[in-house]
Amino acid sequence: MSIGPRPPPRQLAAKLRRVLGGGAGWNGFFLQVLFVALLGWIAYDIVANVRSNLETQRIAAGFGFLTNNAGFDVNQSLIPYSQSDTYARVFVVGLLNTLLVAIIGIFFATLIGFLVALGRLSPNWLLARISGGYVELLRNIPLLFQILFWYLAVLGTLPPPRQSVSLFGAIFLSNRGLVVPTPIPTPGWEPVALALLIAIAASLMFRSYARRQLFQTGRLVTIWPYVVGLLIGLPLFASLIFGAPVSFEIPQLKGFNFAGGSRIIPELVALTLALSTYTGAFIAEVVRSGILAVHKGQMEAGSSLGLTRGATLRLIVVPQAMRVILPPLTNQYLNLTKNSSLAVAIGYPDLVSVFAGTSLNQTGQAIEIIGITMGVYLLISLVTSAMMSFYNWRIGRSMGA
Amino acid sequence: MKRASLVLALALAAGFSAQSATAQTLKTIKDRGMVACGVSQGLPGFSAPDDKGNWTGIDVDVCRAVAAAIFNDPTKVKFLALSAKDRFTALQSGEIDLLSRNTTWTLSRDTTLGANFTGVTYYDGQGFMVRKSLKVNSALELNSASVCVQTGTTTEQNLADFFKSNNMKYEVVAFAGADETVKAYESGRCDAFTTDASGLYAYRLKMTNPADHVVLPEIISKEPLGPMVRHGDDQWFDLVKWVLFAMVDAEELGITQRNVDEMAKSDKPELKRVLGTDGNFGEQLGLTKDWVIRILKAVGNYGETFDRNVGAGSPLGIARGLNALWNKGGIQYAPPIR
Repeated sequence: MSIGPRPPPRQLAAKLRRVLGGGAGWNGFFLQVLFVALLGWIAYDIVANVRSNLETQRIAAGFGFLTNNAGFDVNQSLIPYSQSDTYARVFVVGLLNTLLVAIIGIFFATLIGFLVALGRLSPNWLLARISGGYVELLRNIPLLFQILFWYLAVLGTLPPPRQSVSLFGAIFLSNRGLVVPTPIPTPGWEPVALALLIAIAASLMFRSYARRQLFQTGRLVTIWPYVVGLLIGLPLFASLIFGAPVSFEIPQLKGFNFAGGSRIIPELVALTLALSTYTGAFIAEVVRSGILAVHKGQMEAGSSLGLTRGATLRLIVVPQAMRVILPPLTNQYLNLTKNSSLAVAIGYPDLVSVFAGTSLNQTGQAIEIIGITMGVYLLISLVTSAMMSFYNWRIGRSMGA
Repeated sequence: MKRASLVLALALAAGFSAQSATAQTLKTIKDRGMVACGVSQGLPGFSAPDDKGNWTGIDVDVCRAVAAAIFNDPTKVKFLALSAKDRFTALQSGEIDLLSRNTTWTLSRDTTLGANFTGVTYYDGQGFMVRKSLKVNSALELNSASVCVQTGTTTEQNLADFFKSNNMKYEVVAFAGADETVKAYESGRCDAFTTDASGLYAYRLKMTNPADHVVLPEIISKEPLGPMVRHGDDQWFDLVKWVLFAMVDAEELGITQRNVDEMAKSDKPELKRVLGTDGNFGEQLGLTKDWVIRILKAVGNYGETFDRNVGAGSPLGIARGLNALWNKGGIQYAPPIR
């Protein structure tokens, strides 16, 4: 007979009770079930009430309207769209327009934000004051007014199409927008595209090689001349052998507007300008607070190693500041995406304008359309914050946190 | 604590179970003491606030006529300025009882919106306005033009149909509010501006140089504009319908705001019926015997309302045209009150 310590009895029931009910045990479990049932009953009651009210007033309900013809045109569409397409396609067009504004806006807002934050922290007195002034001015004026200002300013300064400003006779700027030649792929563009892809892959390999060299031997390898040479030279070389990959469709003034070419409408420019500058001011404050959160000793340590202020910021301070910056930065990105719904004030066809505006008005099905729109914005926001969380995790991992 | 939250939850559930009272609009209005009327955000001639904040216009007069018929006081109206985007939701949700906002009567609006049109206040059609300097004389010359339009209206769809059926290309620039649309057109963002013809004349008045703009001759659609009420309340529907009909009938019979008292003493059977001396037609609608007298004293008959707001006696100066009486060359025709 062994006299050593015995393993404890299994106690499965006790563990189950703990998992289900927490500290309160089986009581806790039953209360949770009751609470969920109550919530479910309230939700069911609300939905049933709405449905019966809609039926009494004979307002159309259901999602069948998505297959009906839209009957109206949209100014800017990233996918082919005509008035005989369905409301579902209108939804996709609006969604793509919103995403376009959001992505461009986020890019420029981040750029402006970082630059202004660094400016505000600069020892140069004038630069610091100007950056501070920028932040205070743009943070405190409501976004709608800024959007209207940029739209009227953009529109007001641009000439009518018949007197448009032209560059090389192929690019035209007027109050109808910026018209650029469209690249049309000629047959045989594949080799050049392949060459470009190879160049990009080679550049990435170069980069990881240089990083490995830096971390293992401390040797700084300058790769940018090789990267630039590859990215430009290889496709150029391929196009010399295989022929030009694209021909251009030059826009021409015909009647009232330009025929041919691609047009960037002034509404998009004004909206992106307003959103970037406005959100950039908020991002500047977020970045500044992140940088200030890093211990002053890091900056001093960097300069005692002989690094310039710029190099210290880039290599030492900002990577540490990123952990503090990323959560509020995610907030600002989500704000920018949601603020893009103000596009309806200047006639930019984003999701709210074409779907929750025109389509809602024409079909009268407010509940379904607003529900879909809210769901889509929620989805965009969740995806954005998921991506930022992943980035945050990666940074945290490399920082050894 | 647990009991309190349970009671709260039950109360909430009971509250949510209440049905909305759609068949009692007249009673609700009488209790409230005001008619809640949805109008536009400022369309001269139809519904626009003047510089003192008083609303005027032909749509406004319809609301005032309804209020006068119920309360004998045309000022017992609460006006709610609505854009084209949220006008129907306001009506569906019960925020307003009557939408008198130059809204076009179409099949889909009659069915899917849960609302009914009660009649036609103004027979209109869609047209285009361009700058005189473009030297365009017809809408068919607008190929590849940019057109400013207000979003969420029949205008957008008619525009698309017109350009498609004439094989012309165009760029649509759609704004949420009428003011932004007009401002964009004036700034030169668009070559043309399109809305109902009456609206074109009205907005032209608001521009900096009205003489620079010309309305093109083509009328590309039928736009019968009329008041709307919710589905589900037949009594309210009949009431609003017959207020408008009474105004048209009164013009047909020659009763005006000024001579209504004199006409009330007449012996003619038709006048006695309309003005309440004979029969109880007002009470059948839920109003009083002198309902037409109240309406006429408040806003006058249809012709007077038209002239005062959009016709010869107003800055718009639109001719009666289709809106004249059926026996005077137009198509305004009201069923008899008997």
